[in-house]
Amino acid sequence: MTSLTAICAAFVTGLLLLIIGYIAIRGFSSINFQFLTDTPKPVGEGGGIGNSILGSAMMTLLAAVIGLPVGIAAGVYLAEYGRNWYGNTIRFVADTLIGIPSIIIGIFIYTLVVLPMGRQSGLAGGLALAVIMIPIVARTTEEMIKLVPSSMREGALALGAPQWRVSWNIVLPAAASGIATGAMLAIARVTGETAPLLFTALNSRFYNYYLDQPMSSLTVQIFNYATGPFEVEHAMAWAATLILVGTILIINVLVRTVTKRRY
Amino acid sequence: MAQTGALGDKIFRAVLLLAATSILLIVAGIFVMMVQNAMPTIGRFGIGFLFGSEWKPAQEEFGALPFIYGTLVSSVLALIISVPISLGIAIFLVEQAPKGIAKPIAFMVELLAAIPSVVYGLWGIFVLAPFIREYLGPVLQGYLGFIPLFQGRVTGIGMLTGGIILALMITPIITAVVRDVLEAVPTTQREAALALGATKWETTTIVLGNAASGIAGAVVLGLGRAIGETMAVTMVIGNSPQISASLFEPANTIASLLAANFAEATDRTYLSALIEIGLVLFLVTFVVNAFAKILVMGVASRNGKAA
Repeated sequence: MTSLTAICAAFVTGLLLLIIGYIAIRGFSSINFQFLTDTPKPVGEGGGIGNSILGSAMMTLLAAVIGLPVGIAAGVYLAEYGRNWYGNTIRFVADTLIGIPSIIIGIFIYTLVVLPMGRQSGLAGGLALAVIMIPIVARTTEEMIKLVPSSMREGALALGAPQWRVSWNIVLPAAASGIATGAMLAIARVTGETAPLLFTALNSRFYNYYLDQPMSSLTVQIFNYATGPFEVEHAMAWAATLILVGTILIINVLVRTVTKRRY
Repeated sequence: MAQTGALGDKIFRAVLLLAATSILLIVAGIFVMMVQNAMPTIGRFGIGFLFGSEWKPAQEEFGALPFIYGTLVSSVLALIISVPISLGIAIFLVEQAPKGIAKPIAFMVELLAAIPSVVYGLWGIFVLAPFIREYLGPVLQGYLGFIPLFQGRVTGIGMLTGGIILALMITPIITAVVRDVLEAVPTTQREAALALGATKWETTTIVLGNAASGIAGAVVLGLGRAIGETMAVTMVIGNSPQISASLFEPANTIASLLAANFAEATDRTYLSALIEIGLVLFLVTFVVNAFAKILVMGVASRNGKAA
């Protein structure tokens, strides 16, 4: 039986290496500088993913600007004031929300933002990603704050500091590196999201700097290229995937090796 | 100082409370907005929506059954493949492997969860589907072709491919939860079993027995993820609203239907039908996830008290 469980572990880690290796090989062969900066062109005329990279970056940034403060504040509430029925309810609902399919979040934002605005937009895409981030960041923040020894809180309180000063000046800085780790992992997670962007941000063939217009993203572009009929498109899908997976895996590996803890 | 402290405390706490409450508001908002926007078809088709087997938007005929069927079968298929493998990995990592080996393997399994869904879909289209068409499909048909499950033409795109991709994607989640659950079982139980002369494997079965409800929670959590997984399935399942006994035939899931059609749905009735089926997905995944959470919490609190 021992060898059987070892085979399971070897099989799955082997698959991971196989997938990453395949992406690397297929991706490298079609990447060049022009591909990274150009916009999509009709089949046969080259083209690239520059606008998709920009769109992904803009929407992820928007998501982080909204999702991180709200998520971290919610996490601080859960850790510092959440030992009652209300805290337990929020904790439970947050965990359940994390498991809700991201395409449902897409529908939610579609009804809330896209229908009233009358068109898809980068704003809607970024909001959808923010909604996905909030519960994840809240829960990791809570876990990190709980690791701060209560003796630190008690010490500050004993010196006469008010509760909010203790949370703001003592507890948050002590938990900062852990919270940052959770934040980076949440950012990596939403960078790879496709489903919530399909009908909120839609896609665009051009460089777009305005949040009220449809916006391209790496993931939606990969989806379009992968399901397209032409071999050139498939090659571009692999190249774009290399960029996407490379970014996400680098964030994951860096963050986890730097902090040496398991989240 | 005391005065500003008291005021500061109040403001600080109110801001945090607002942020925390936003999580409740989001979930309530999802429910309210979806019900509101699905009202046209809820009112028009009623409960029959769930049991109709024809999906023809052009004729305003909306039956959700093929998608519910596809979602269930692909998810169960994923569990059948993934649960034994995930259990094996978790047992290996917690009970058997030396730390030096367990840590990097655990890390790599977690990385599987970091790979985006659309990337699994890409890999599924160009690597897994051809593999099933050329190798796995013919072999399965050769040995098990007498069962309806394995009859029909093998194109590589269909229910089986969707199930296998899903299995791969939920394995890291199930493994991680089972690991946590196994680690929560007190070491004294293992020592007691070993002291009574049990072999290592017998000891492991005892540990598994004690962690049973937590493992069940992990499986239910995996089910929840499989039900809602969207992009990878959309790309390999064939997107055909049919109910077929064969695993090689194309099928469709609720999430794939939404991914493939929502952006083009400009007609109000069609949009309402899609949102209604999305509402079904929301409610099912919410209940499944809540149930999983209760199961896993049970183990944690029981062992917490015992320790």
